[in-house]
Amino acid sequence: MAKPRVATTSLAGCFGCHMSILDIDDRILKLVELVDFDKSPIDDFKTFTGRCAVGLIEGGCCNEENVHVLQDFRQHCDILISLGDCATMGGIPALRNTIPLRECLEEAYLHGPSVYNPSGRIPNDPEIPLLLNKVYPCHEVVKIDYHLPGCPPSADTIWETLVALLSDKPVQLPYELIKYD
Amino acid sequence: MNDPIKLTIDGVEVEAQPGQTIIEAAGVSGIYIPRLCHYQGLKPHGSCRLCTVTVNGKPMASCTQPAGPGMIVETHTPHLQEFRRQILEMLLVEGNHFCMFCEKSGLCELQAQAYRHGITAPRYPYLFPQRSVDASHPDIWIDHNRCILCARCVRASRDLDGKNVFQFVGRGRHKQVAVNARARLADTTVNLTDRAIGICPVGALLKKRVGYQIPIGQRSYDHQSIGAEIEKSPCSASKK
Repeated sequence: MAKPRVATTSLAGCFGCHMSILDIDDRILKLVELVDFDKSPIDDFKTFTGRCAVGLIEGGCCNEENVHVLQDFRQHCDILISLGDCATMGGIPALRNTIPLRECLEEAYLHGPSVYNPSGRIPNDPEIPLLLNKVYPCHEVVKIDYHLPGCPPSADTIWETLVALLSDKPVQLPYELIKYD
Repeated sequence: MNDPIKLTIDGVEVEAQPGQTIIEAAGVSGIYIPRLCHYQGLKPHGSCRLCTVTVNGKPMASCTQPAGPGMIVETHTPHLQEFRRQILEMLLVEGNHFCMFCEKSGLCELQAQAYRHGITAPRYPYLFPQRSVDASHPDIWIDHNRCILCARCVRASRDLDGKNVFQFVGRGRHKQVAVNARARLADTTVNLTDRAIGICPVGALLKKRVGYQIPIGQRSYDHQSIGAEIEKSPCSASKK
């Protein structure tokens, strides 16, 4: 029987949650026995090759590309997990949510104290994904099945959740494994 | 006249002293009723509603309701726990609670209540309100992004410190804690030793230069849920 497939991605995140996936240490050998990785920065697959049992989403949605990737994950994954505080509540990128987008861009490209920008223009190349008006947690964009908060969630939290889901058991994490920091 | 009052809480017979509230009587018997605005030694405020229980089937705030003879109180029912989760989730989306860099994290009672109630993410959309920070005082700062309007600082400053440094202004979603009628914190008589400063359940009112002193893993709620100290007390009448 083919092994279940797991996909991962980092949207508006810092890759810290992916570091935490790797932090499961030698259990990664067991994980490779349990699953195959599909689209993920871990194996550098850029597109989905088939249906996935579990998708892990790091980061919230700050631009249109994030939304497209997230929708692609929802279409290809049976179970979608928000991994970390950025995916569950926006996290550090969401600090801009209380400031209008134009003010953020002007500070970053025009008025900031360390800005050198002789063109005086805010980048608007069509290659650059359009920023959203604010940063959205994943569950405000698509249906999310499980949330693992934490900055990052601990390796044990990720491991226990994956093992439970892959063996068709309910996800029941002990008190120590759900933390917001 | 001063005979103890007999009532039952979650099926356990409990004795209360005349004048005791339900939350106090429960605590003495080792039953923890979740709370945020309630603080022992302060006049009850009854604003957070987390301590809502049913008394003979009717919902009441157990921090303001005196214990009465023959009351049938229920607190750990699935319905009430769900109601508490909804309150906590509304508090989480109403402010800007960035636990990942907050120096109160691990010691924060809002966070601890959310842990205790098994909340991994709120079901409501985040509001991301625009709120201010007042760091004008040399030793103390107030971050309105994290304030949950529990009025502990208002009551402590007024009743314990005798100063009236904090009050509420505005109504509804515009309500906020203000400092002596819209002055800056630096312009008030507040100082570091005031009871009002250490009493904030969240990271809204903080002392400067002492953040992150306790390492992760050793903070109040890293391993033990809030309320465990009451549930573990020797006279604990009920075990969940």
